[in-house]
Amino acid sequence: MSGDAPLVAVVRFPGSNDDGDAVLALSMLGADARLVWHRDRELPDRTGGVVLPGGFSFGDYLRCGAIARFAPIMEAVRAFAAEGGPVLGICNGFQILCEAALLPGVLRPNRQLEFVCRDVTVLVESTSTVFTASCAPGDPLVIPIKHGEGSWFADRETVAELEAAGRVVLRYEDDVNGAVERIAGVANEAGTVLGLMPHPEHAVDPLLGPVGGIPILRGFVEAARTASIVVA
Amino acid sequence: MRATVLVRPKDGILDPQGEAVGASLRTLGFAVSRARVGRLVDLELDAADAASAREEVERMCTELLSNPLIESVEIQVLEP
Repeated sequence: MSGDAPLVAVVRFPGSNDDGDAVLALSMLGADARLVWHRDRELPDRTGGVVLPGGFSFGDYLRCGAIARFAPIMEAVRAFAAEGGPVLGICNGFQILCEAALLPGVLRPNRQLEFVCRDVTVLVESTSTVFTASCAPGDPLVIPIKHGEGSWFADRETVAELEAAGRVVLRYEDDVNGAVERIAGVANEAGTVLGLMPHPEHAVDPLLGPVGGIPILRGFVEAARTASIVVA
Repeated sequence: MRATVLVRPKDGILDPQGEAVGASLRTLGFAVSRARVGRLVDLELDAADAASAREEVERMCTELLSNPLIESVEIQVLEP
């Protein structure tokens, strides 16, 4: 392990509001986390990981994430992901990754039409991603959710394919929003791009509540450490 | 040229907003058995003719105005 903290770019869109917490949490876990403006066209040199944070980018106009996916920085994020760089989309970031077709499915309004804001338990369904490599299958992680449009949906064939390929990464223990098969997070084929509705960046400090976000973010930081050497 | 795009939740897609609207209408005493809520986009655009306007709007729908996983679109082109 090199002594240098891996550089993680946290993209700030107009309407992002969990970007600060993401920087804080990743810094606590050993990353050199920096905010990157959505209109930038390039990621910083030696970027080893990218976070698309939570919030309400572009006011959630049209559909959540639909407009942010055209932000100038997204071309660089797409290229970074294509080279195998780890990308983590949290909440609104998950919505953006789905709209950008970097992840399958779409996030729809919660079935109960209510904004849900509470700690939930998610179960680790797949450990074949860089984010969950240190977990055991079935590990329960307590992480808060806070969303109005977090009901993940894809057609039955897609869900079956994802389940078979180990790309369903996290599942809610209880149904919280009507998501198909209680799916809380999905990954790309390589296990290097993860989108999830729960907020791991809010669950890293025991002083403030549960710490279920630590394994996921730690896996991400370790992957960023490797990627900053290999990809960048 | 003017065009209107109607974006609807696809059949079979759960539409909680429509269900809530339907339930409210029934509460008000209306005999509504089903309500679905979508979105309407009015556009003014430059196009040589109705056919090319429609083509252009179809592309807009694919690229931004709708998510084909969950939404269907109906395009109406109005001659000037």
